[in-house]
Amino acid sequence: MNKYKKIDKNIVIEDRDSKICESIEESIKLSGLKDGMTISFHHAFRGGDKVLNSVMKVIASMGIKDLCIASSSLASVHDEIIEHIKSGVVTQIYTSGLRSKLGEAISNGIMDKPVQVHSHGGRVHLLQSGELNIDVAFLGVPCTDKFGNATGSQGRSKCGSLGYAMSDAHYAKYVIMLSETLVPFPNAPASISQDEVDSIVMVDEVGDPSKIGEGATRMTTNPKELLLARRTARVIENSGLFKNGYSLQTGTGGSSLATTIFLAEKMKKKNIKASFGLGGITGSMVDMLKNNLIEKLMDVQSFDENAAKSLGENPNHIEISANEYANPSSKGATIKQLDVVILSALEIDVDFNVNVITGSKGLLRGASGGHCDTAAEAKLSIIVAPINRGRIPTIRSKVNTIVTPGDSIDVVVTDQGIAVHPRNVELKKSLKRAGLTIVDIKELHKRAMRLCGKPKRIEHTDKVVAQIRYRDGSVIDEVYQLAK
Amino acid sequence: MKFRRSMLFVPGSNTAMVCSAFVYKPDTVMFDLEDSVALSEKDSARVMVHHALQHFTYKDIETAVRVNPLDSIFGHLDLEAVVTAGTDIVRLPKTDTVKDVLDMQDAIEKIELKIGRTKKTKLLAAIESAEGVINAVDIARCSPRLMGIALGAEDFVRDLRTQRTKEGTELTAARSQILLAARAAKIQAFDSVFSDVRDKEGFIKEVNYIKGLGFDGKSLINPNQISVLHNIYAPSEKSIDWAYEVIEAAEHAKKNGLGVVSIDGKMVDAPIIARAEFTLELAKASGLIGVDDE
Repeated sequence: MNKYKKIDKNIVIEDRDSKICESIEESIKLSGLKDGMTISFHHAFRGGDKVLNSVMKVIASMGIKDLCIASSSLASVHDEIIEHIKSGVVTQIYTSGLRSKLGEAISNGIMDKPVQVHSHGGRVHLLQSGELNIDVAFLGVPCTDKFGNATGSQGRSKCGSLGYAMSDAHYAKYVIMLSETLVPFPNAPASISQDEVDSIVMVDEVGDPSKIGEGATRMTTNPKELLLARRTARVIENSGLFKNGYSLQTGTGGSSLATTIFLAEKMKKKNIKASFGLGGITGSMVDMLKNNLIEKLMDVQSFDENAAKSLGENPNHIEISANEYANPSSKGATIKQLDVVILSALEIDVDFNVNVITGSKGLLRGASGGHCDTAAEAKLSIIVAPINRGRIPTIRSKVNTIVTPGDSIDVVVTDQGIAVHPRNVELKKSLKRAGLTIVDIKELHKRAMRLCGKPKRIEHTDKVVAQIRYRDGSVIDEVYQLAK
Repeated sequence: MKFRRSMLFVPGSNTAMVCSAFVYKPDTVMFDLEDSVALSEKDSARVMVHHALQHFTYKDIETAVRVNPLDSIFGHLDLEAVVTAGTDIVRLPKTDTVKDVLDMQDAIEKIELKIGRTKKTKLLAAIESAEGVINAVDIARCSPRLMGIALGAEDFVRDLRTQRTKEGTELTAARSQILLAARAAKIQAFDSVFSDVRDKEGFIKEVNYIKGLGFDGKSLINPNQISVLHNIYAPSEKSIDWAYEVIEAAEHAKKNGLGVVSIDGKMVDAPIIARAEFTLELAKASGLIGVDDE
């Protein structure tokens, strides 16, 4: 047991602390992981994750094959999975997101079984319904004690909320905690509790927090993003929901962040305080909490360092699990209390359906995330996107892949006008009265076509490479293998 | 009267900006073929602006083009390309004398005649030298095509052998002269660009200052400056209320066959009504009052 003294000489490890394993390999052996099982990971570190690759390397070296990887999401850092698919270690994937080379390889048909793309809420639903049975969860956490009480807001590499890991810890049969920092028992308050943890492995690094935010913490100077943000803030202001006690969820990225800042100005001016901010939490939301413009933050994932820090310090910044966040069959998903959500899109069609998963060439290159969950439940779901990105039209006659059905969308804010879903008659009137330019979405589509030309049809084979699962588990769309 | 608070400069060689400038809704988009375009890109920029001017996205917005001087090898080619494509305004690059304006006017007339363009191309003269400032009064009055004169501060300070400051004291005489000349000729006056796009405070200060002097608007180089400028030029709530009152009183008078009406003892006559209508238009353009649903 001497080996732990080098981690912290104040922590004495005794025989009864048998949870702590010497290596990842030892923990895997203890877990009883076998061919054909399902393993899970979480994505709090997003592009900075170091757990998935290192665990998969060990698993591959142990000769275990035919595994299903269920990661709450996958980033470009996980392209190494391609090798494990080729060698038969990985034969099935459940995830919210797929990007870069991995997305490309899967789009080109590298896997026999279609990838299951779920939403954040939908994942917990799949865990609950029993379709997704995690045999072993590998959960990277910044800080734990020797009994498995773990948090993300302490330690060296802080990721903030462990919302997705919490749900995996709850449902997995065997939980292996990987951590960098060992603190004296009991580590409290803990996000993941000792009674859900089987083994603990101390590693050098679980993640690089600087790669969580993708630079989303700085106010954009991009004129188009600012234009969209200003417009979005005005839509919210004139929606009828903008009053004391309203609630909101924003995403990451330039426009979202700027919208938050413009909204904060309007809230200050009109003396409005929000009851809560939800979802992936950014530094600008934290600023609103600090400036007394928002009562509470409900944080399933911290998008930057400021958010991670605030979660550890501010009692009004509350960590919630994916189940508490968005599971449609949860007894209490916070999205059911949500007023306004601001969402992005790769494509939107004239029926307001939204694609956030496949790009203009049909490649898997995005993430379902909480898109369809929040859009379905929030009182006002706003999509913010320019009508074209360079030569690529965003507004289409039909989206390449449906992730969120048009019935869930209320407003589409673009650089060339705002489209309101026809069912929102009153909202349309009120936005018009406020002097906002409201146009038919078909008109936006026409403009996009005139600007970019009609895109060529994407050629594909009959092989399904990914199934898009709606939040209730149903298959809402399928993605086909691209033709050579 | 068309208000031109914001005239957004768009380098004619910047494809992304040419493709998207209209979305920012400046009062006038001003494509540039002169200083912001490298020699090697003069031809491609001209072709691109020629096409942009005819594109449907620029149909609902006023367009201007700053062409190269007529005595350069690009001047006449630029002019032919933009007048043919239907630009609303041609901005003269550097206007020192009345002759500069008249030469440009002649060249445009020839092109219009040749292609059968009936809508007359308007002219905007940029005053960028001491000589130009001295001649401003004559320049402003010399052509019915001239809709305004503008200060080009960068070249002007070089001519004065000084440099630009945030306070702008070096521009005091030129600004006053240009404004007076424009007002005497009953045309519009525009202030120069504010180059430091990161200095929002400085920009706000300058816009407040030139608005106070009486300028109709300002040339801009970054779309982010548009909303800031429009906010400063927006009418106050009090003046919007006043304008509504005037319009209402005027309508009431018309309906009841009254010749003259007064508000608070002040007579409401045609110029007052025109001022009120202008205020409401400006309020609408500033997003302060909405349009009623059908």
